[in-house]
Amino acid sequence: MTTNRRFAIRLDLEHGTVDMSHGAGGRAMAQLIAEVFYAHLDNELLRQGNDQALFTPPPGRLAMSTDGHVISPLFFPGGDIGCLSVHGTINDVAMAGARPLYLAAGFILEEGYPLKDLARIVASMAQAANAAGVPVVTGDTKVVERGKGDGVFITTTGVGVVPAGIAIAGDQARPGDAILVSGTLGDHGVAILSRRENLGFDVEIESDTAALHGLVAAMVTAVPDIHCLRDPTRGGLATTLNELAQQSQVGMRIHESAIPVRPEVSAACELLGLDPLYVANEGKLVAICPGERAAELLAVMRAHPLGAGASLIGEVVADPHRFVQMETTFGGSRIVDWLAGEQLPRIC
Amino acid sequence: MKYIDEFRDQQLARGLAAAIRAAARPDRQYRLMEFCGGHTHAIFRYGIADLMPANVRFIHGPGCPVCVLPMARIDQAIALATEHRVTLCTYADLMRVPAGERRSLLKAKAAGADIRMIYSTADALRIAREDPHRQVVFFAIGFETTTPPTAVAAQVARAEGLKNFSIFCNHVLTPPALHTILATAGPDGVQLDGILGPSHVSSVIGSAPYAFVPHEFGTPVVIAGFEPLDVMQSTLMLIRQLNEGRCEVENQYTRAVTEQGNRKAQALMAQVFSPRETFEWRGLGLLPHSALRLADNYADLDAERRFPVEIGTVREVKGCECPAILRGVKEPTDCRLFGTVCTPDNPMGSCMVSSEGACAAYWSYGRFRSPRDH
Repeated sequence: MTTNRRFAIRLDLEHGTVDMSHGAGGRAMAQLIAEVFYAHLDNELLRQGNDQALFTPPPGRLAMSTDGHVISPLFFPGGDIGCLSVHGTINDVAMAGARPLYLAAGFILEEGYPLKDLARIVASMAQAANAAGVPVVTGDTKVVERGKGDGVFITTTGVGVVPAGIAIAGDQARPGDAILVSGTLGDHGVAILSRRENLGFDVEIESDTAALHGLVAAMVTAVPDIHCLRDPTRGGLATTLNELAQQSQVGMRIHESAIPVRPEVSAACELLGLDPLYVANEGKLVAICPGERAAELLAVMRAHPLGAGASLIGEVVADPHRFVQMETTFGGSRIVDWLAGEQLPRIC
Repeated sequence: MKYIDEFRDQQLARGLAAAIRAAARPDRQYRLMEFCGGHTHAIFRYGIADLMPANVRFIHGPGCPVCVLPMARIDQAIALATEHRVTLCTYADLMRVPAGERRSLLKAKAAGADIRMIYSTADALRIAREDPHRQVVFFAIGFETTTPPTAVAAQVARAEGLKNFSIFCNHVLTPPALHTILATAGPDGVQLDGILGPSHVSSVIGSAPYAFVPHEFGTPVVIAGFEPLDVMQSTLMLIRQLNEGRCEVENQYTRAVTEQGNRKAQALMAQVFSPRETFEWRGLGLLPHSALRLADNYADLDAERRFPVEIGTVREVKGCECPAILRGVKEPTDCRLFGTVCTPDNPMGSCMVSSEGACAAYWSYGRFRSPRDH
């Protein structure tokens, strides 16, 4: 389809913009799909050109997840909404220990959005999907009037297969388990903030956006009895630990001195009155495993490029209140609560 | 982080904690009010209360500008945005503060009012410049710390001839609040043995304005920085004053505070603002000469004069103990709304909103402890 010149004049990807006809189902939409979406995301299943992708899944339990992306700004240090929408859903699928297979993508475009930027976003998506080996096999495009959207919103859905013998879920944490994180916290949120129009600070911090299924595969191969995996996106580590504590009906005790945070991130948070524990990540995971497997799991994580900064940060404890408590660097302790309200809007 | 990590050093903290335990005499109480929300936050954030002996207690003061703002002022701000249809620029802290009848700026924004969250007065000025046809009002709040930047904004607007910019002024003054707390302290109110004095406020006004505290009330003061080691060192200094029978204003925060303060900032404030006859504080009531308004020669930039708003009496939420908590008379856990219907997700009172509010700090960092332990 990409080679088939059905359209007399190619889309002007230099100066053209999205208009209402690009979502109307007619020839203009077909052209946008062919010259922007297929041109970059091309693969065998997408090329079938049906309303759905047809495939036979491998044996095993399927994992499925969906994620809407409304981030502002669309381009940020270390990534853009395109690669973010691929990584985000791959990670959500992978957090069941699953091997992600395919993605679907739904685009909501705002009238007037530059085609050049759209093409850049789709190219970034394609690059992320290729690098991850997880193709986008079906999609949808809608256009809303100017002022009714904010450039581009992307929803991605992913499906994957869980290897036999893996039973990872949020309700599996047990007292005595170890809590690990795969690297520094808060990078994504601070990278986004550094580019918000009303914040003019220059920070050399890039988003950590990355697909974590490779790291997860290495982890579940070495330690198949991992109890929980979760990526601490919105709400950060604090929120993720509270979710897991709630689901598993346990408490947690973490150690402030063991939690990895880049000095730049720490400084930016200080300035803005944020707590890095609540700032979003897009390329990190939290793992909970039996205490006696912690050393082995930590070694496997550190051996992978995306887990090089991994750290053992605490342990699961019995607690009817399901509190997450932190031993501060001072030797005192405090509660690490759920995030209240909205710390940073539109972070992913 | 340079200039920060030094004041959070764990070894020094442990050393100070040991010194405090050694200095605190077991036969007496040390009831110390930390005036500012910044102190409260540090005490909870770093678990400092855990390191204190049982007879050294922190009592939380009213030094949280969001907490002491009466509901009627929030209602007035909402009216500016909804009735006068101005673009209201506010710090994020204020968005969720409950106003009358469960209103809030956040809800007004969701209902269509043009309310923008900003990080500095410069953002408000920029918004005004960008759209000369919109009336832009800056919701100014805070103690003496944040007053000079508002004064600068007024001067910039004047210099640039920004006709669509004005200031809704809610700046309040620290010494009158401290005076009221001490004047109502005693057997029937809060019992205080010493005061951890404001740090950032004092960098502007200096340490001299606190002289009345030892003289009039016989209560020692230590001006204390906001870093955890500052709070701990200041606590030790207060304990020593009390042990030695001294009663004076001491300054722990010497890296920022002098006796006379920042003269330039004081002069700027005097040019742009004048004291109000009286102003209502949440929890403390009407306090004479405790707040600022724009001076008459800046009246054209005063949103209250440009957009008159009538606000009737606003009723506090029934059962909310914020007023008593702000006076140090009650603790968050004494309030029957605390943690039941009033949480940071659904705040009934202002102390539960701001991260510097005593209730929010209790809820976020300390609620697993029994009331005695904090």
